[in-house]
Amino acid sequence: MHTSAFWRLAQALLVLWAAFSLSFAILYALPGDPVGILLAQGGEPGTADPAQVAELRARYHLDGSLWQQYGGALWRLLHLDLGVSLQTGKPVAAALAAALPATLALAFAALLIAVPLGIGVALAAHQVRRRPLQAALHNAPALVVSLPTFWVGLLLLQLFSFRLHWLPAMGDHGLASLVLPAVTLALPCAAMIAQVLGRSIASVSQQPFVQALRSKGVGRWSLLWRHILHNASIPLLSLTGTLLGNLLAGAVVTETVFSRDGVGRLAQAAVASQDIAVVQGVVLLAAALYVLTNLLTDLLYPLLDPRIRQGSRP
Amino acid sequence: MSTPLVRIRQFGVEYPGAAQAAVQGLDLDIAAGEIVCLVGESGSGKSTTAAALAGLLPEAAQQHGQLWFKGQALDSLDERAWRQRRGRLVGFVPQDPGTSLDPVKTIGAQVVEAMTVHGMPLAQARPRALELLRDVGLKAPETLLARYPHQLSGGMCQRVLIAIALANDPPLLIADEPTSALDVSVQRQILDRLQQLVRERGSSLLLITHDLAVALDRADRILVMRHGRLLESGTPAQLWHAPAHPYTRQLLQASPLARLQQRRVAPALSRELPLLQVTSLNRRFDKRGAAAVDGVSFSLQRGTTTSLVGESGSGKSTTARIILALERASSGSVRFDGLEVLGAGRRQLHGYRRRVQLVYQNPYAALDPRQDLLAIVSEPLRAFGIGQRRDHRARVLALLERVGLPGDLLHRRPAQLSGGQRQRVAIARALAAEPELLVLDEPLSALDAPVQAQVLDLLQRLQEKLGLTYLFISHDLATVRGISDQVLVMSQGRLVDQGPTEEVFGRPGSDYTRRLLEDMPGRLVPEAEVQTRAVNL
Repeated sequence: MHTSAFWRLAQALLVLWAAFSLSFAILYALPGDPVGILLAQGGEPGTADPAQVAELRARYHLDGSLWQQYGGALWRLLHLDLGVSLQTGKPVAAALAAALPATLALAFAALLIAVPLGIGVALAAHQVRRRPLQAALHNAPALVVSLPTFWVGLLLLQLFSFRLHWLPAMGDHGLASLVLPAVTLALPCAAMIAQVLGRSIASVSQQPFVQALRSKGVGRWSLLWRHILHNASIPLLSLTGTLLGNLLAGAVVTETVFSRDGVGRLAQAAVASQDIAVVQGVVLLAAALYVLTNLLTDLLYPLLDPRIRQGSRP
Repeated sequence: MSTPLVRIRQFGVEYPGAAQAAVQGLDLDIAAGEIVCLVGESGSGKSTTAAALAGLLPEAAQQHGQLWFKGQALDSLDERAWRQRRGRLVGFVPQDPGTSLDPVKTIGAQVVEAMTVHGMPLAQARPRALELLRDVGLKAPETLLARYPHQLSGGMCQRVLIAIALANDPPLLIADEPTSALDVSVQRQILDRLQQLVRERGSSLLLITHDLAVALDRADRILVMRHGRLLESGTPAQLWHAPAHPYTRQLLQASPLARLQQRRVAPALSRELPLLQVTSLNRRFDKRGAAAVDGVSFSLQRGTTTSLVGESGSGKSTTARIILALERASSGSVRFDGLEVLGAGRRQLHGYRRRVQLVYQNPYAALDPRQDLLAIVSEPLRAFGIGQRRDHRARVLALLERVGLPGDLLHRRPAQLSGGQRQRVAIARALAAEPELLVLDEPLSALDAPVQAQVLDLLQRLQEKLGLTYLFISHDLATVRGISDQVLVMSQGRLVDQGPTEEVFGRPGSDYTRRLLEDMPGRLVPEAEVQTRAVNL
């Protein structure tokens, strides 16, 4: 038990380190110079004072060789110092902390829509017997998954904000402003849930035990609720990691389209200006969230599946 | 006699798009308290008939004709009405106990549910569940209630399923091949218990089986079905002494019971060195646990058939895997034609593998579904660099002919073949490497009895023609007796009996072998009768 907990922690740290190193390597390899971009924003491009450039480089730890920069950044990270934003001069940790609540609210709202919607569509596709409706329910998820998020967002904006004036188009004040971005973010997630659960329900329904349950006199609905859904939901757990990725990636697009503040928008702005410290902060945050979700999933599996809970036969 | 419990008249089931009706023109009565066995190969319509009686036909099925149960018409019931009757009118014991219980619900919950769905209060259902589990012969049922199906053996799961089927005291119990997935000794215990419970309660039992020996042992009346039609019905004695239909005669002939008669003439004891010599073989999977293979020694003479018999978990498969160099041994020696196999180098093993080939148990899983027969059978030719590439096609054709498959199947895929044809393909693939020893791992267990007889016949002819040596792994003692020169009986990793076939069968050296022989289905048919029967056939 203790050793397995130790290994899990070691694994988590390894994932965080890998994410950090990979993002560092990619950012380092990018063409363009962050300090150059910073100075260019200040006004006259190309006329920067070499002394000023060197001073900025030193302040943001951008001097020295690749290994010196990497080593320094890793060392500061070990002391929980995420560095300072190149653009604002403020600590990255503070910027992340400021942006996180809005994104969490958005992601949570999206999940609140996506999970019931996805499960509902999967169940309906299983239960509905009328041909055209059944076909529609079976095919809709695949279609929705392949729609680009920004396009869906713009479409919703066009319809509900500009045409019908039901909901605000942008900003992040109040619940009303949360509805459209949450729906935009929820749709692909719901579609993914519906696809996986739908397939899983179909395969569980083919299992011999379903026939055996019917022969006991168990009715259609209680068969579905008590037996099929429970069995079918186990593969759904493996989806949580992908869902989280979807939510984070979707947040970048959604927050930009709806002009909301949040981690996604922070990441987008930081990448555009090569604000290395901020990008790395966002990457590390995402990696930490991944690690956390996977841990949670591992804890949930045995709750859903007794075969994992208690190894083999006594 | 009063009206029968079940009366079926001119009953038929069809599936749209299928060329042939699944069941047609079926007339069948089951009296109260009667045990009726429905015998036939797969596709004969026996399972469809059972499903119709239990109200479990798939939606696409179109049924016609009349189905009466205690004078009430069943064929006009809708789903709602059926739901109330399933479990109460008809108890259903499914085929595969391993997959027929909900894996995420406890045993207790599943037994209790069988009663609560029909309105019994929980307080009443709980104690009754305990009583039912005790009735079906499960020990310490209290501790079982909180267990999950994966923690129980196949035999225990089947007992739980029988308890569920009996929960509402239905007047009719349908058991669809209830023991085909279980070991012989467990099979006997389960059938004994089922028979006893049905007799005690005065219920009727419709037992579906492909094993004529089981039917002869258990039935008051046997019905033989083929291609959706009822061919013959009669008491076991009638069917045994005077089978009217040629197909019944064929079934009797193909049944392992008849194979008991094909005693082999033991080949003259050769002075040659044995082809394979296994000495003090040991295999331990973990340091503390019991050995999976414990001090096993035997030898195989060239051109003979040796059967390795045992229940699941006896270590027979591990022994075979070690001989095939697919598994390491903890200690011991395996010598093949002078070569020490354990600890042989890569190149030596490559040569060895060509000379020793394996035919798997399940021909449905052992062939790559995306390859055609040419690719499947020529694979060993490529792997071992046999012959020129341009000759492969001709070689494959010759191999297919050798196993009795027409050459125009060359570009078919396994899904388009029957089970028997697939097993022939698997044999052809094994022969492609021109082996001397063929390890056959339960090669018949997935096949119908008549097909089993054909495959055995093929194996016999191949042995005569090619001088092959067989190691035949099986739990079917009747077949083993018919085809083997030597029998090895394994139990808990040890060889408990070994010797020439007649010696082992006639004077079993261990209690275990004696018990195995007693558990063999068909034991109620006297040996003398089997012999006269075989002469007449």
